[in-house]
Formats: sequence, C-alpha cells, structure tokens
Amino acid sequence: MDFTLSEEQQMFAETARSLFADTCTPDHWRRLMEAGQSRDPARWQAIVETGFTQLLLPESAGGLGLGELDFALIAEAAGSVALPDPLVESAGIASPMLAALAPDHPALADPSATIAIQHPANPFVADADSAAAIILHRDGQAFVATRDQVRLMRRDSIDPFRRLFAVEWSEATPLGTGDWNLALDRGALFAAAQGLGLAQRAVDMGVAYAKERQQFGKPIGSYQAVKHHLASAQVAIEFARPVVYAAAAQIGQRDAFSQARISHAKIVALEAADQAARTSIQVHGAMGYSWEVDVHLFLKRALALTNCWGTPAFHRARVAERLFSRPAGPDQTFAREAA
Amino acid sequence: MDLTYTFEQQAFRAEVRAWMDAYVPKSPLEHYDATREGFEAHRAWEATLKSGDWGMVTWPTEYGGRGLDLIQWLIFEEEYYRAGAPGRVNQNGIFLLGPTLMEFGTPEQKARFLPPMASGDEIWAQAWSEPQAGSDLAGVRATAVRDGNDYLLSGHKIWSSRAAFADWAFGLFREPGSERHKGLSLIFFPLDAPGVTVNPIRKINGHVGFAELFLEDVRVPAFNRLGDEGQGWHICMATAGFERGLMLRSPARYQVAAAELAKLWQARGNSADPALEADVIRAFMNAEAYALSIYKTASALMTGSKIGPEASTNKIFWSELDIHLHRTALAILGAEAELLTEPGEHDWIDDYIFALAGPIYAGSNEIQRNIIAERMLGLPR
Repeated sequence: MDFTLSEEQQMFAETARSLFADTCTPDHWRRLMEAGQSRDPARWQAIVETGFTQLLLPESAGGLGLGELDFALIAEAAGSVALPDPLVESAGIASPMLAALAPDHPALADPSATIAIQHPANPFVADADSAAAIILHRDGQAFVATRDQVRLMRRDSIDPFRRLFAVEWSEATPLGTGDWNLALDRGALFAAAQGLGLAQRAVDMGVAYAKERQQFGKPIGSYQAVKHHLASAQVAIEFARPVVYAAAAQIGQRDAFSQARISHAKIVALEAADQAARTSIQVHGAMGYSWEVDVHLFLKRALALTNCWGTPAFHRARVAERLFSRPAGPDQTFAREAA
Repeated sequence: MDLTYTFEQQAFRAEVRAWMDAYVPKSPLEHYDATREGFEAHRAWEATLKSGDWGMVTWPTEYGGRGLDLIQWLIFEEEYYRAGAPGRVNQNGIFLLGPTLMEFGTPEQKARFLPPMASGDEIWAQAWSEPQAGSDLAGVRATAVRDGNDYLLSGHKIWSSRAAFADWAFGLFREPGSERHKGLSLIFFPLDAPGVTVNPIRKINGHVGFAELFLEDVRVPAFNRLGDEGQGWHICMATAGFERGLMLRSPARYQVAAAELAKLWQARGNSADPALEADVIRAFMNAEAYALSIYKTASALMTGSKIGPEASTNKIFWSELDIHLHRTALAILGAEAELLTEPGEHDWIDDYIFALAGPIYAGSNEIQRNIIAERMLGLPR
C-alpha cells in the first residue's frame, strides 16, 4: 500500500506544468480566441516533443508505455491552463483505442497527428476538423475514417476553445468491436483530472485578486466572508484529488469497484471545478463577470466537462450500482472483483 | 503508487479481525459520557485491548505499543470500527496528547505517562478552553506560578471533554503578566488534586460529556510541564495538528456509518425519492474520499512529509460529511427519526446530535477556514 506519486511521475507533472505555464498564458488564449482557433502550432510542437501525445501507447508502437495515472497528472496540468489544444481526448482516449484496434494505422505513427473519437456517451465529436483520423461508432462496432469520408457540422460551444462537430458518415473502415467502456472510463477519468487543474487555477486566480483588490482600506482577502468562500473551494479540491489519483491507479481493474471510483472522481472533481470557478467569479466581483478577466474560461470548461463522458446522473448510477450490490465498509476501500 | 495491501498487511488485518471477533463486547457498553459506570466499563475495555497489545499500535513497544506503521494503524482502525468496538474513552490521551508527548516529552516523561495512557489506567481530559478563550485560545488567563520545583495552577477551564470522570487533564497556563501567545506552558494535572473542582456540564443529548474546572493553587511538579516554559503555544498547535490531521476521526468510522446508511436506504427507503438516494450515494462518496485522503496523508508521512495547514481541510470535511450522513439517515426514517432508540438499535438520532458538535470542537470550522485561507492560500490576516 503506497499512495504516493513516484519521482518520475512528479517530474512528468512538473514538465507539463511548466510547459503549459510558458506556452499557454492569457496572451495565448486571447490570440487564439481572436483567431477563432484552438491550436497553437508552436505549443503543439513543444507538447509533441515531450512525448505526451504518445504517452499511453505501448513501446512497441513507438509510445512511452506509461499508464493512466501518469497521463492524469498531465491532464490535471492541462486543466490548470484550460488547454485549448486537443491533447487530452486525442492522446488519452482516442490514440490508445485506435492502437488497440488497428496498431498499424498511419495516424499512430505521426506523434503530431491527432485522433478524434465519436463516443455513444457524447453527442458531438471534439476537434474532428483537425484530426488525422476519426474513430466512429455504430452499434457497438468501431470504424475509422478520415475527414474527407465524413460530413462535419460545427456546433458552437460557449467554451471558445471547444470545437464540436456533429458527424454524419456512411462509409468508413471497420475496426471490429470497440472497447467503448474503457474509452468512457478514460474519458471520465481525464475529465476529472482536468477538473482538478481547472479548480485549483480558479482558486489561485481568486486568491491573487483578493490579495490585491482593496476595499474599505484593506485587501478584500482579509475579510472572512471572502476567505471562507475560497477555503471551501479548496476543501472541495483536496477531497477530489485523492479520488482522482486512486481512480487512475485502479482503472486497470475494470470492475464495478474501479468504475465506481472513476465515476466518483468525475462527479466530485467537476463539482470542485464548478464551485471554484463560481467562487472565483464572485470574489472578482464585477471584474469576474467581464470577458477581460479569464476566470470565465474555467467556468465554461468545467461546465462542458461536467456533462461529457457521462453526465453526473450516469456516474451517480454507477456509484449506486457498486454501493448497493457490492460489499461496502472500511475494509472495502481498495476492493476488487475476485478473478 | 500501489493501492493493494501486501501479504503482511492482509495477515495483520486477519489478526486484528480474529481478535476483535473474540473480544469485542456482544452488546454495546453504556456511553462513557452517560454515567460513571459507562465510563468505567470503557476503561475496562481499554484494559482488555491492552491485554491483546492493541492499546496504541503505532507507539514504540517500550511505551505500550507495537511499533506499527501508519498503514497498519489504518487497517487496525478499519477492523476496530468494522467490529463495532466501543469508543475510545481515552482519545484525548492516546490520539492527542500521546503523539505530542512522543514529539516533545523527555524520556522520563514518556516512561511515566505513555504506558498508563496506552492501558487506560490513566484517562485524560483536555483543559484548553476558558470562558473568555475559545476560538481565541491565546486569550487564556489561567496561570502557572513557579514555586521551586513546582507550579501552582489557578484559573477557570471549561468545555473540558471527558473531565467529568477522567483522571488527568492537560491544559495551557500562562506565566503571570505574560500576554497572548507568549509565556504559555502546557502542563498536566490530576483531576483529583487538592484545589481542583470539577463541575460536570450536560451536553444537548443529556450526557455529561464535558465539565468546567476551577483550579485554586493546584500544586504540580515542574516535571508535569511538556516542553520548555513558554513553549506551550507551539506545542498546543502541534497537538491541534494531530487532532485535525490524522488521529482524531478515523475514516473507518464514517465508512461503517455510510455502509449502514446504504442498508437503511435499501430496507426503509422510498425508491420514489431519487434526491434522497442521491444523498445516500453522496454520503458513501464522502466517506470514501476521506479514507483515500487519509491513506494519501499516511503514505506521505511515511515518506518523511509533515502535517501542515491542510490538516484543517480534514476537520471541515469529516465534520460536514458526518452531519450530512446523519441528516440523510433521519430523512429516511421520516416520522420515526425523533424516537429515542432501544438498546442494540442503530442510534441515528444520537449520532446526529453528536455530529453537530463536529464543526465546533477541535477549533471551529470558521477558524479552520481562516487557517486554510491564511496558511494554505496565503490570504492576508
């Protein structure tokens, strides 16, 4: 029993944090928003060079052969900058799924290529327009297509960096039965991990503003009403993070216990993100309601991630399934289905 | 990260479980705060625990422990609560003062106080608060006047948990004329010493869970001072860290209650009330989250980290989840929620009343939120 991150994991997370902090500043957000884009070529190149896009791919496929906990830390760092680029869905969900179904697909050989995924849990496909390959779903079967084989209809999201598409298609390459449940588990897990990053950044922005903004002759952060808002948001983060990390470490169990933990993580991490974003807006006052202050990006991303890869009701039902049909209690914290 | 128990940890769990199956009283003891008899029955249980060498498993063997690590401690606690074993009447001693003594005590003090603490021969109360010093604990007025190798303690302490029936108390006393955080010392005194008057105070459930203490020139040896003269505030904060951080409220307690709540919902719940079912699920998730957080903290401590101000998040989280869990149970019970329970029944209503104390004791949740805001987030005082 060891609930600590390895030095290598901490190093990876630090690499991701500093890369994103340098390449995804408020200036970068604004430039992309003005251009109506969600990808920054220089940043994407830097991401590719770190190996993050192939982190979950087996070494035999040129990947790093690392696991979901490693990637969750990168997703958390991506959340802390509301990363516009399609790293998490492509590298965390779509690439490993395609690698399992068609290990020789050319899109996997190019580390800078992205892969989009149509999943029954989601009505739309994110970033389909820039993907080298799109995984498609029909009656449990997986297919793969290129952009020119499908018809994409853009649906505008309130999150300026989410490029959503309704996809219509008739002909595509069949890949066999897809493991849509694993894709859903990864999607929910990495959405949760992003939620942690979104939440912490929103709190940090609120704290920075509350230290600086003066009213009644004092920083507003010295008033307990403001302090307690931010402290409550921090509590929510502190009790979401261990659930997300445990869910990541246990995802390979593929049983009712590990799936309930992923669902728990998804619910509470996105709740923490929503609470933190709303708290941060409130602490910023009228500034927080302005486009100029970037907190709204975190509110919007939290809103989007809350409802994709399984709604809260879907995930609550999975926790209920575990709670009401499996043993519960203090000796069951790390339970697994008997083989 | 490896979230599986080793073979040794599984064997340890089996060992605890077998012992608890054999020794945990089949019918619940009267509450230790209800009567002297209930209190003494719990002292006898502590002696039984000691006979199995389970008094305080994380302490070194020379002080009555087993020298086990924090993961083993969590496993012990899980099996303890799973077995429905009696509450630890000496929790002020073993969970709060004990770890503090381990850190700040001299070898002589450890040898004198820890073994009878682990065995329940000496049961401890805390004497921190005063009528004018609650959340603002640095406002304590009780004094310790040095007299040769002794101190003379005087003052008025209040809300002293367990003090109605306990043997010893530890409290903060100041050098006369000193102010605020300076000049404070942490000093132990027997509750039956000449000059100590104990007035029990009834809690909202009718039990005498705490007391007020009047001290008039109570003579204790300077040996009873923990740490240096004037170091009391620093030591007191360390004790509070243990209290809020790791030791006071085992996650197992809430995991047992959450599992019971799920059974109550399945037996009595109205499936046409999805909002209430969502609360049952929420209570389970909260208990799990707290357990995972404590495993994370224990693992970090075992690799050399220290408990910091984030301990305050624990105290907020468990106290609020406890209230939410029990409110949910009462909602399921509906019109029967208000009924006093028969012996042997799950006492949801009394547990709810107890849970209401959680946001108040061990530093109110308002103070905890200040600590989080100021020391974790760096907001100005």
